[in-house]
Amino acid sequence: MDILVCVKRVPMVGGKVVVTAEGQDVDTRMSGFTVSPHEECAVEEAVQITERSGGSVTVLTLGPPEAADQLREMLALGAHRGVLLETDGREWGPVATSAAIAWAVGEIGPASFPLMMFGNESADTGGYQVGIRVAHELGRPCVTGIKRLELAGDVLRAGREYRGAQEEFEVALPAVVSVKEGINLPRYPSLPGRLRAKRAEITVLRPQWQADGLRKVGLRVPVSSAQRAQVLGQGKDAVPELVRVLGEIGVLPSPARSRAGAGGDGAAA
Amino acid sequence: MSDLSANAVLCLVERDGDGIAAGSLRALGFARSLADTVGGPLTAVVFGLPSAEPVTGEATVAEVAAAGASELCVVSAEGLTGYAPVAWAKALERLVVTEQAAAVVAGATDHGSEVMAHLGALTGLPVAANCIAASAAGEGSWQLVRQRWAGSVLEDAVLKASCALLTVAADAVPADAVPAAGSDGAGVRPAVRTFVPVLTDDDLRVVATESAEQSAGVSLATARVVVGGGRGVGGPEGFAALEELAGLLGGVVGVSRVVTSQGWRPHRQQVGQTGTKISPELYLACGISGAIQHMAGCMSAKHIVAVNTDPDAPIISRAEYAVIGDLNEVIPALVAAIRTADTDS
Repeated sequence: MDILVCVKRVPMVGGKVVVTAEGQDVDTRMSGFTVSPHEECAVEEAVQITERSGGSVTVLTLGPPEAADQLREMLALGAHRGVLLETDGREWGPVATSAAIAWAVGEIGPASFPLMMFGNESADTGGYQVGIRVAHELGRPCVTGIKRLELAGDVLRAGREYRGAQEEFEVALPAVVSVKEGINLPRYPSLPGRLRAKRAEITVLRPQWQADGLRKVGLRVPVSSAQRAQVLGQGKDAVPELVRVLGEIGVLPSPARSRAGAGGDGAAA
Repeated sequence: MSDLSANAVLCLVERDGDGIAAGSLRALGFARSLADTVGGPLTAVVFGLPSAEPVTGEATVAEVAAAGASELCVVSAEGLTGYAPVAWAKALERLVVTEQAAAVVAGATDHGSEVMAHLGALTGLPVAANCIAASAAGEGSWQLVRQRWAGSVLEDAVLKASCALLTVAADAVPADAVPAAGSDGAGVRPAVRTFVPVLTDDDLRVVATESAEQSAGVSLATARVVVGGGRGVGGPEGFAALEELAGLLGGVVGVSRVVTSQGWRPHRQQVGQTGTKISPELYLACGISGAIQHMAGCMSAKHIVAVNTDPDAPIISRAEYAVIGDLNEVIPALVAAIRTADTDS
């Protein structure tokens, strides 16, 4: 089966996130870029399907020319082809992005991909809607947030968890799914994979931007309650203090709690 | 669909047992404030049970009243026997017209976000996801603050739309700010009515079948104590001490993303933006550096205590207390100390 997986280039963020001076973007001078975690799992799932039963994986992204790097990362994981919907670097909202993806599928061949996969939501904007909007554009059913996927002929079965219960879905192909991390454990790129990715040709298409009524004014890092923790001590020597704190918080088993509380100002209520 | 007199706010309400799910209670509180800025009524929309008797226990009605909704609309239709995202969105699309809605609000839960995305696709309107604040700023114009990076960055935004479609971030409204049913300030009993949408087979192509509840035991999302382990644990064997401590404290083990991507522990134990969001009394984060994606999953913890060898790790500036040291020394010593206290008394 030929599968299309859509990924998004996002800043690689670690312990701290910094906004640029103009307040329009996350500062990436010190970090670099990656794809959202859910999407990496979508690529892995697609690659596993084609390893089992043949076909190909096309990975698509919308972004500036540099987003080709993220396509190559995914090609190194086993995807076969890359498609870049090249933009001029401004931010595309979910409405514009999904219209562009639906348009690109039409350009490549409307019947080319019986299965289209997305990450459930991107790491940065977390909009939870591009896959769903593309499904509507193409008239396909869409199942989101899945952690299990099974294909039997033209039937797709998918499962996810919601508030402690399992939800099961069954739809006919062609279909759209969005995947959550945990559906699989993505592999690391192999050396041959990296070499193949480096040489691979990437198809470039240029979609039309459109406004959608939602305009970013600016970004800011919230005034956090960032504090320095009260250091209870170093290594094992800190344990008595730690026990006292756990007693105060009220999480020690009862006999230990009363003992810890005996010396301090009262264990938990 | 643009109607100059549109001033109602609709809020999608998810049920949990007889009452309302926590995420929807927050969304209702948010929608109430929004309705106040518009000067219009608030209607809670709830989807009915499969049975002929279409929902609404008294608990739901009381909670809706407490949240200040003046109307409770129960959607019920043949074939609508479970969660069906497109059908739910179709019903809301129709209600936007009949109720002259200026805005539709849902909690940014998996169901809330999914239904709103379908509603956005059906109407061609944008959806502003993960809002923490919203107010009307003139006809068809809204000022919003919404979360990016699961709350590590905030976006100020302007939305211009004939109907504002918003999801409310899980931590936008503190749970204790939502009035409990029967509390002072509880509103008058809302008018309850039923709405029967016209649905096609296509609207019911995607329907959830719910299987039996998962295994019992303390779940990560609701545990009172979570003992977290990160890269500093060193390998799969290192978790035995954390498990033992969690057992003593009546809690569970949670882990950081690096632990699951190394295959040391299963993904269902992952705390963070792409894992489980926790809100325990105590989060004891051991050997976890504190990347923003991880903190996004644990910032609702009442108390965070970090055990880390690095006094400059980001977690140290997010925790309330810290022990600077190797968790593989500290945790076994802590277990021993708690056991001793246990037997001494």
